[in-house]
Amino acid sequence: MIERLGAFVIDRVAALGAFVIFLAEALFYLAAPPYKPRLAIRQLRSIGAESFFLVGLIGLFTGMVLGLQGYNTLSRFGSEGALGTVVALVLVRELGPVLAALMVTARAGSAMAAELGSMQATEQIDALSVMAINPVQYLVSPRVLAGIVSFPLLTGLFDVIGIWGGWAVGVGLMGAPNGPFFNGIKQNMGPHDIAIGLYKALVFGVVVMWVCCYKGYNARRMATGVSRATTEAVVLSSVLILVWDYFLTSVLL
Amino acid sequence: MATTNQNAGAPGAIISVRELRRRFGRQQVLNGVNLDCPTGQITTIVGPSGCGKTVLLKHLNLLLRPDSGTIVIDGVDVTALGGRLQNDVREKFGMLFQAGALFDSMTVFDNVAFPLVELTRMGKPEIADRVGEVLAAVGLKGMERKFPSEMSGGMQKRAALARALIRRPKILMLDEPTTGLDPTRTHQIHELVRGTQRQFGLTAVMVSHDVPAVFEFSDRIAFMHQGRMALNGTVAEVRAANNENFELFLAGRASGIDEPLAAAAR
Repeated sequence: MIERLGAFVIDRVAALGAFVIFLAEALFYLAAPPYKPRLAIRQLRSIGAESFFLVGLIGLFTGMVLGLQGYNTLSRFGSEGALGTVVALVLVRELGPVLAALMVTARAGSAMAAELGSMQATEQIDALSVMAINPVQYLVSPRVLAGIVSFPLLTGLFDVIGIWGGWAVGVGLMGAPNGPFFNGIKQNMGPHDIAIGLYKALVFGVVVMWVCCYKGYNARRMATGVSRATTEAVVLSSVLILVWDYFLTSVLL
Repeated sequence: MATTNQNAGAPGAIISVRELRRRFGRQQVLNGVNLDCPTGQITTIVGPSGCGKTVLLKHLNLLLRPDSGTIVIDGVDVTALGGRLQNDVREKFGMLFQAGALFDSMTVFDNVAFPLVELTRMGKPEIADRVGEVLAAVGLKGMERKFPSEMSGGMQKRAALARALIRRPKILMLDEPTTGLDPTRTHQIHELVRGTQRQFGLTAVMVSHDVPAVFEFSDRIAFMHQGRMALNGTVAEVRAANNENFELFLAGRASGIDEPLAAAAR
């Protein structure tokens, strides 16, 4: 019994260690030659550019519902003028980075875990090693770099379109005053708020790429290995995004 | 006479394995393997599935590390090599994986050219020449633009063989290259391996359970049983050895999967 418990604990700790070493390796090889910018650019396209439309769409509707709910709530206190500030702060500090990260996880993270998982299952990753190409450097580092670059950009897009959506519904549809909407944003939102949002996006970018690559890379070589890796990658990424979000907020607030 | 596994390092062997041991959990998969692969010959490792053949091959190409024992490849002790030095050794060999392991997102041309593109400074025309030459050697001329998913299993194996040969390796490693192929295709692949081995003057190490078909074109046979080399010699020597387990294996009666497990449990 105690032996089993010990084995279990050692197993978990070893797995956690492997997980951390995986990221360390990916970051190390990001800095080490040979540099292959075209690999990172290809990933930027599939993680960043191809998520553009989805992130924009979700941003628009999130902003619109914020405009609706915000107006409805604020009008009870007669403070419709604060609508712009509320929408912008909620989006920039909280919903922008979190929802953009969740959307990219669902779209690109799952695909990435499945792709690396099937490469593992069909020995393509071993083939890279045997050809004297470091598979972490070739497959993982470019994806981590693409995550670091594209998450803050997508978050920015989400925020801007979201604020615009909030304005369209709050001001255009519900009749909140137009002037205070943007004036409020200008007066109450500082560089600190934007920095918090972008900092979160950066962290989420690393976390999502890390988890999704790790799960795919270590997929079991069996029929259910790839599907399992994909599911675990999406679930763990989503959980970590929300947990990290709380802790980052409490530290950065 | 069949040479058993106690003899010391044979001169002229490009690969020498001594007392290799590796354990996975409770299972001692490699239990003191000794093997010499003479330069310029085809050595085929046979044995029932689960006897450790593929695990042994993965030690030879440095994908796995042994618990103890040594592996010397082309005069270099590779047992504990890492990083750059390990890659220097790997550049000496080409590997054909069981399922081919072609990159399915790339065409045949890009697959075969991949090692040259990634690891050398060769120009495009030179790479195209080399790829054309190797594809012709494996009989895939004109298939450059196909994706692996558009080809039959046999053609995928040949494309994978072309990729393994593209850097003109000294050593070719093959992991059950004929699994999943019909007898005609199996024969073709064997002929092709023989032909390319002669053409490029390679040393080949192959893992196979394709007995007795492999006897025809191998120079040496190593029979693996319970994590050791039970037999190791030329085809004629091994056939004349009268090893009981080998005879059982040939007759298709060795329960390979259970035996190492039973041995490990003891």
